[in-house]
Amino acid sequence: MSEALVSAANEPRRFYMNREHHPENGTLFGFWLYLMSDCLVFACLFGAYAVLGRSYAGGPTGGELFDLPLVAVNTSLLLLSSITYGFAMLETQKGRLPGTLVWLGITGLLGAGFIGIELTEFAHLIHEGAGPQRSAFLSSFFTLVATHGLHVTFGIVWLITLMIQSARHGLIPENRRRLMCLSMFWHFLDVVWIGVFTFVYLMGVLP
Amino acid sequence: MSAPVQVAGHGGVAASRGGGGHGGDGHGHGAGGHGHGAGDTHFTLRGYATGFLAAVFLTAIPFWLVMGKTFGSSTTTAAVILAFAAVQMVVHMIYFLHMSPKSEGGWNLLALLFTVMLVVIALSGSLWVMYHLNHNMMPDSMMNMHNMP
Repeated sequence: MSEALVSAANEPRRFYMNREHHPENGTLFGFWLYLMSDCLVFACLFGAYAVLGRSYAGGPTGGELFDLPLVAVNTSLLLLSSITYGFAMLETQKGRLPGTLVWLGITGLLGAGFIGIELTEFAHLIHEGAGPQRSAFLSSFFTLVATHGLHVTFGIVWLITLMIQSARHGLIPENRRRLMCLSMFWHFLDVVWIGVFTFVYLMGVLP
Repeated sequence: MSAPVQVAGHGGVAASRGGGGHGGDGHGHGAGGHGHGAGDTHFTLRGYATGFLAAVFLTAIPFWLVMGKTFGSSTTTAAVILAFAAVQMVVHMIYFLHMSPKSEGGWNLLALLFTVMLVVIALSGSLWVMYHLNHNMMPDSMMNMHNMP
């Protein structure tokens, strides 16, 4: 009886100590789950665009509005920023801080270029009277594309934050973990952009 | 789950990510992580370069198909560029997001598959329902043809 009591008192203590330590893998998997839920947000916006994308209300159509060469430039900027982020991760893996910072900086500039072109495009559309209030097509277009643009903008803010963090504290495990999360976020946004340029822009100009 | 993770955790994120799985794997990769991430088979220049080249081709061809009006029919073009997009998404998942059936002990892939299932239900369901809604609510106008994507 007393033996059983002692072992029962000891067992839980050991059990709890084992459960304390696994923060590293948990963060990455949790972040992956966040990305999957973000994916559902985009799926809803894609669904709205799929339903409303041809409801022009007598206004301009995608074929009249979209400037495909500009979209091609934008797409290549985002694609290039994906590979430069990859180079930054390779440098991080080798523990080289300056290389990491340089590639992160290039990635940020490419992302900023992407946002700049997108904002120019939006300003041009609104100036032409094709703003989000013009038709259901344009409402769903602006919602979807601007949500992606906002994600990229916050990605750039995060990237600058991590550049400062890494420059201050070096490539410590915490910063490596954060860089991994941002890597997943950045590449995920590129995956979403594949859907945008195919489904919205390329299919939008098809007669 | 907890015991191997403790060891892998010391090796830094790159190591635990590279190792991907739990179980026995965690020990080996965790130890590698103390050095210079020798166990990180996923992060290679070769992998990123392969993914990037594939992505360039898979992006350029749809743009060329649409801008050059290669196919006469819109339906054919749409089907082909959607197929290219699907392949490119898989390429990005594998080479940039480092997805593999083993990452995080398979839970990453499971979450992804579940999400894909929800996305397919949401998209196909929306299109199906809204098509019938348009079809049944506006029988007198030709507008319903224009509403279809």
